[in-house]
Amino acid sequence: MEVTTGWYLVLGALLFVIGGTGLLIRRNPLVMLMCVELMLNGVNLSFVAFSRTLGDVGGQTVVFFVLVVAAAEVVVGLGLVVAILRRQPGTTADDLSALKG
Amino acid sequence: MVDTFVFIVAAVVCLVGALGVVLARNPVHSALMLVMTLFGVAVQFVAQEAHFLAAVQVIVYAGAIVVLFLFVIMLLGVDRAQSLELSFLPVQRWAALLFASGSLAVVVALILAVGEPVTGVEAMGGALGSTDDVRLLARSLFSDYVYAFELTSLLLVIAVIGAVVLVRKPRETDAVVAEDRGDA
Repeated sequence: MEVTTGWYLVLGALLFVIGGTGLLIRRNPLVMLMCVELMLNGVNLSFVAFSRTLGDVGGQTVVFFVLVVAAAEVVVGLGLVVAILRRQPGTTADDLSALKG
Repeated sequence: MVDTFVFIVAAVVCLVGALGVVLARNPVHSALMLVMTLFGVAVQFVAQEAHFLAAVQVIVYAGAIVVLFLFVIMLLGVDRAQSLELSFLPVQRWAALLFASGSLAVVVALILAVGEPVTGVEAMGGALGSTDDVRLLARSLFSDYVYAFELTSLLLVIAVIGAVVLVRKPRETDAVVAEDRGDA
């Protein structure tokens, strides 16, 4: 049995869907951010698989940028979580329905 | 044969880690399961000869981002376990599962139906293969994508400033002003 591109794509789709499901059903904002990371990793895997198959380094470049944006996103997201949880400990995503703090 | 074995082991590691992130009751366990998934994805990168990205994956994701998560968990003291019933949104759960399994079925069906899914023209930005990927990636990054690369530096500066502004404790004068406005 040979590992084809489709295998990697299916694995990437699985990671994306698991992350998306977690994002939809978990209430803890920290775990939700981790689920976003899972989704990004699923997409990265697809990019690298296409990059390998097409023989184009562009896919790997995109993954590099995704890594940078993910790092920035986590920094800002965790800053928001710290700011919110410091004000109201034990906040879940349900409690953040109002825009006015 | 070795390829298949490596793929299956790494895929199982990835999926177990991903399910662990979603299902763990304790956020610390979620973060550690995330590390497991990230290592699995790094192995898949190595298997596809993206060595530089695999190294960056381990260093940046597992080394920096997950540590940041753990810092915040410890800082806020939210590392106690929550029951899964409470930590799942009640109503949306089944809708989310239905949506997720439906979209997964569509994607997998598409991938299987198309068979070998890659079409398109040959690479312009340098072919992977014989030469090492670090050189190709660097050439692509600093020639074709140089403006995007410079913009990421701006993005990182903005992220750092934003994080500092967000978590800064308000000064006394700010608090007084806020109280005067009545929204303290």
